[in-house]
Amino acid sequence: MVAGIRPGIRPSGRHESADSRAPGKTSMTVNRRGLLALSAAPLLAAPAVRAQGASQPAALRVGLILPMTGPFQSTGRQVDAAARLYAARNPAFAGRPVEIVTRDDAGVADTTRRLAQELVVNEKVAVLGGFGLTPLALAAAPIATRAKVPLVVMAAATASITEASPFVVRASCTLPQSSTVIADWAARNGLKKAVTLVSEYGPGIDAETWFKTRFTEAGGTVPASLRVPLQNPDFAPFLQRARDAAPEAVFVFVPSGAGSALMRQFAERGMGGAGIRVIGTGDLTDDDILNEMGDVAQGVVTAHYYSAAHDSAKNRAFVEAFRAANGTMRPNFMAVAGWDGMAMIRRALEKAGATADGPALVEAMKGLSFESPRGPVTVDAATRELTQNIYVRRVERRDGQLWNVETETFPAVADPAKTRR
Amino acid sequence: MLTVLFDGIAYGMVLFILACGLAVTLGLMNLVNLAHGAFAMAGGYAAVVLVNRLGVPFLAALPLVFLLTALLGAVLERLLYVHVYARSHLDQVLFSIGLVFMSIAVVDFTQGSQQQFVRIPDFLRTRFEVAGVSLGAYRLLIIGLCGAVALLLHLAMTRTRFGAQLRAAVDDPRVARGLGINVSLLFAVTFAVGSGLAGLGGALGAEILGLDPSFPLKFMIYFLIVVTVGGTASIGGAFLAALLLGVADVAGKYYLPEVGAFVIYSVMIGVLLWRPQGLFGRVALR
Repeated sequence: MVAGIRPGIRPSGRHESADSRAPGKTSMTVNRRGLLALSAAPLLAAPAVRAQGASQPAALRVGLILPMTGPFQSTGRQVDAAARLYAARNPAFAGRPVEIVTRDDAGVADTTRRLAQELVVNEKVAVLGGFGLTPLALAAAPIATRAKVPLVVMAAATASITEASPFVVRASCTLPQSSTVIADWAARNGLKKAVTLVSEYGPGIDAETWFKTRFTEAGGTVPASLRVPLQNPDFAPFLQRARDAAPEAVFVFVPSGAGSALMRQFAERGMGGAGIRVIGTGDLTDDDILNEMGDVAQGVVTAHYYSAAHDSAKNRAFVEAFRAANGTMRPNFMAVAGWDGMAMIRRALEKAGATADGPALVEAMKGLSFESPRGPVTVDAATRELTQNIYVRRVERRDGQLWNVETETFPAVADPAKTRR
Repeated sequence: MLTVLFDGIAYGMVLFILACGLAVTLGLMNLVNLAHGAFAMAGGYAAVVLVNRLGVPFLAALPLVFLLTALLGAVLERLLYVHVYARSHLDQVLFSIGLVFMSIAVVDFTQGSQQQFVRIPDFLRTRFEVAGVSLGAYRLLIIGLCGAVALLLHLAMTRTRFGAQLRAAVDDPRVARGLGINVSLLFAVTFAVGSGLAGLGGALGAEILGLDPSFPLKFMIYFLIVVTVGGTASIGGAFLAALLLGVADVAGKYYLPEVGAFVIYSVMIGVLLWRPQGLFGRVALR
């Protein structure tokens, strides 16, 4: 609540004045000077601008709204770096040069909404992308609907986001996808009793619900479901409660970046020694911070759609290019979603033609199927969600670094939140 | 059950050491310093730099952190705060909240906005089982250290000449000055000690509370609650209030996870309805 005061003070608004002068506006000032053409000019000027756009390919502007500062800046930096890398590698989409405009919402939903509006109205972006957290994506969805602009979600993972607007297409995953897979894995590997511990907001509740449903269906029991406030100073009481329930495993969802605090307190509480293991969605063992967690993280099993250690030629090339462009930063699942989000935009534009409008782009994205660094992905035409492999991974130390090493693949997982209905 | 109590006490101790400086400046010096959390954050980041980057042992870094933040407090007091002592509370609020935002921006820019952790030696990561109660070594250290600090502060305020002078200076600065007490030096030292303690709290609490640039805003409410509930008359009030709130918060989250986050506020409202001046407050005379 209090943190909300802060980002409002630092909008990235200063870029707007110079480069965003809309073509229509310039012609208006000309009109006022030209006395004779007063009435005719606006009618002539507007088509002239449009015709110019068609004759020489106008740039395709992609507006990314990401938390580039604040507690979730790691998400923003990863997505932004990967999207820019993609644009550098593919400078033209269907013959049109690509321009990425990044805006920082610092993780505050009302800022996201305002920035989405500015990007659509002033910057004339053809596609909106990014969205680090569920509330941020939901705040921008109505703008996408009204402006008929595709909104490519590159991070946020609550299942309901794609239902908020017919223009939302997801390049990351939904939490039900990863939580049901880890539930299946847990049941299959003889775990009978698990406590859930999630951050209390959209995706956390998704993760809790779907893990619980799937795990109890498979014969497991969930004696306690704990929800930690998103801005929680101290995990101690929640972990103690989880410990007192004496489960075989704690299923954890925390937003990307918050995992290390939890893992440290887990170790401090000696829960590993008490025979409790940690399982979760891949957000917990985020590649970006995994190394800093230290040995506590070793042996943690998670399910997710991407690990930087994924074994494929395509992924090795991606990781290498990403590291070459960004120092030593390791790409995480946010980065691959940013990369694939751009790939979806490019492929859709190629499919629908360089002059395609928003609705045509969304139409073209439906059913897209391609090979991503994470493995094969397909945009489900009915749900606009990715059908993709979900991998079970175990944290292991290799060459002195911690990696999420994939041990099992659940192929072509569709979003269970939609197929169940 | 006892483990919950133990965790709550450790949490309360951290709250106390973070907030006691504020209790002194607000209660004794009548200065509304919302930037108190910024000093705590400075201490936390000082510990991160000292321990993680420069390799200073954790326990040796703690006194250094105290000295560094106390120095920072003294410098800022002489340069900035001295101008707002006589101003209205609103001016003080605006001034100190401005400092908070500046501190956030500085830390954001220099250290990045991700969570930071102070590397804690392994012997503090162990756990003991005492009569079926499981105790963490680090939390035990916090309780011991903060308890000692609280006792020292209490003795300093009530038993030493410095404490007597400070209380005199607060009660009536003009008369105190007339008696030859150097009031402005006294205030500067008090402010520096308060800031140093906040810094120490920030360094100790980073492990439990987390440390990122939004720290001063995130915990400002907690500090203010401790001071309000404890009353501003004495160190003892703030101490008991911090313990009460720490235990209530942890126990609330443990036993009533659904409403856990609100327990601390309910306690505050309850106490203030019962005693509007705080647990140990004196009714404002001035």
